[in-house]
Amino acid sequence: METATYKHPASLVPLQTKYCPGCGHGVIHRLITEIIDELGLQGSSIVLNPVGCSIWADLYFGTDSVQPAHGRTPAAATGVKRVLKDHLVVCYQGDGDLAAIGTAEIIHAANRGEKFTTIFVNNAIYGMTGGQMAPTTLIGQKATTAPEGRDPGEAGMGYPIRVCEMLATLEGTRYLARGSVDSPANVRKTKQYIKKAFEAQMRGEGFTLVEILSPCPTNWSMKPNEAVDWMVEAMVPVFPLGEIKNLLATDGVAKAGGVAGTAAGGKK
Amino acid sequence: MPEKVLMKGNEAIAEGALRAGCTAYFGYPITPQSELPAYMAKHMLPRHLTFVQAESEVAAINMVYGAAAAGARAMTSSSSPGVSLKQEGISYLCGADLPCVIVNVQRSGPGLGGISPAQGDYFQATRGGGHGDYYHIVLAPKDVQECADLTFEAFDLADKWRMPVMILADGLIGQMMEGVVLPPARDLASLPAKPWAVGHQGKSGRPFNHVSSINLVPDELEKSVNDRFERYKAIAESEVRSVSTNCDKADLILVGYGTSSRVAGGAMALAKAEGIELGLFRPTTLWPFPYAEIAEFAAKGKKFLCVEMSMGQMVEDVLLGVGMSGVSGDAAPVHFFGRLGGNIPNEDEVLAAAKDVLAGRSKPHRIGFADRSLGSGRNLGSNRSRGQ
Repeated sequence: METATYKHPASLVPLQTKYCPGCGHGVIHRLITEIIDELGLQGSSIVLNPVGCSIWADLYFGTDSVQPAHGRTPAAATGVKRVLKDHLVVCYQGDGDLAAIGTAEIIHAANRGEKFTTIFVNNAIYGMTGGQMAPTTLIGQKATTAPEGRDPGEAGMGYPIRVCEMLATLEGTRYLARGSVDSPANVRKTKQYIKKAFEAQMRGEGFTLVEILSPCPTNWSMKPNEAVDWMVEAMVPVFPLGEIKNLLATDGVAKAGGVAGTAAGGKK
Repeated sequence: MPEKVLMKGNEAIAEGALRAGCTAYFGYPITPQSELPAYMAKHMLPRHLTFVQAESEVAAINMVYGAAAAGARAMTSSSSPGVSLKQEGISYLCGADLPCVIVNVQRSGPGLGGISPAQGDYFQATRGGGHGDYYHIVLAPKDVQECADLTFEAFDLADKWRMPVMILADGLIGQMMEGVVLPPARDLASLPAKPWAVGHQGKSGRPFNHVSSINLVPDELEKSVNDRFERYKAIAESEVRSVSTNCDKADLILVGYGTSSRVAGGAMALAKAEGIELGLFRPTTLWPFPYAEIAEFAAKGKKFLCVEMSMGQMVEDVLLGVGMSGVSGDAAPVHFFGRLGGNIPNEDEVLAAAKDVLAGRSKPHRIGFADRSLGSGRNLGSNRSRGQ
């Protein structure tokens, strides 16, 4: 009988991270690097790290990396992937980077069907700058720039943006899934989503993105276990988990959950 | 004999880039440079090279950042308002020591301004333009031939010094057609290796490469900027280029780049016909600027008349050059004549301004506003109708 042995992924640098206790980035870094190892792509992977807490990703990923400006990650990843077509290009972005300052870049990269994979870490808050309101902050959730909670009414603070659902309308997108790192079961499921996206990228299918709900106990002013509970109780109802759009050619019958079908979109 | 072809300046820049081995172009449409991305699309897509019409100037320069990080000879082009948008990316490119070529076919400003030729972006181009302490090489073509030649060379300079190189043209240079002899195309295999670029790490087993401009340790960041300024010093010592015509014979030297230098050259010919000797000094590199050459002329007691399509920007570099000569500003006065708003100075105006200087009728240019002689304060009519 085959036994699985716990190993530190070769693509994950053995360093203690700068991330806070209870932060989700460490688990997500591990999932990505496990898959890079499994696919044998360490020597041909490029990680593009964002501006935000995970600006440090290039310290922890044992791969080549490119650090672009805040929010411009999908544009820079477009340049990298167009030049290095046979490489795995991973665009690692937070909610401020992707859904606020870099909204134009992510929408157009997705619409062009750029063949890299975006890992979108959604913790509903700005982490590195110290707890400001993010585009994914929940209604009523407190932030330093929304001290009474996010108010879409009189204060005009808008609503949490559902990135996967928004991008699902674009014909260039092939695979959009939302996972969570709140429990071992969801961590395993999230790993499957990432692996599917990476494999689709290496087959050159089109734009792939995995959104991952992730805790930020420090800026949510919670203990780590409370933060996990809050993710499940408050975030998941707003950001439903699962494959939001899956038009991958090799993933059985193509399905597009919850998405109005697009004429040129489906491959059977 | 090499074949001469008739091309627009914008097209010659594009063809010069392709022959230099540019394999990745990213741009956004803007007048008066739109022939350039169109030429790239027409010639790159059939050859399976990377051409992307970006969603914005901001995205385009960041695509250049990614492609340059991956080792490609990458380029973007735009005109003044678009180049303002690119400044964030240019700062990052300089901070990460990435080579690329950026083209600015200048139009008039500020703001939307107009779409006619201007030279109002000199300060932005030669003083960094974005945030932080940095410079990059700036080349100024004066005709279609130089559009091809300088762009071709720009890629070599970018790789040699690991920095962006800007081609600073203007709407007249970009739009006009002239005969041009194109440089022979580079063999891509002959291009310099880029061991710092990302990609193919597994083939060599080299340490992982991280392309980045971040460093939160003050001493380390200070050292990296200091090291970069050592490189700037070496560039200033080895890459300065300029062209002098008739400067030894003349007491008054006209100074201009790009379109202005063409007009100044015309004024010089008109003067000659009247028996007046004028010189012409044309910087080809705007950064590094030929300060030493200006200082030499100043030491000989020459007078200067700077001709620009702006309120006076390059003239400040000429004043700096005179300052380096050790002679007093009165012994080598620097005058200014400018047209702007999309107006191009004509030869008669420049000759009249030169005669004013020679006859002691105009005041030298001063930095600041207190005692400033504005060249275009002369009572001149518009030389083109207003319109879109």
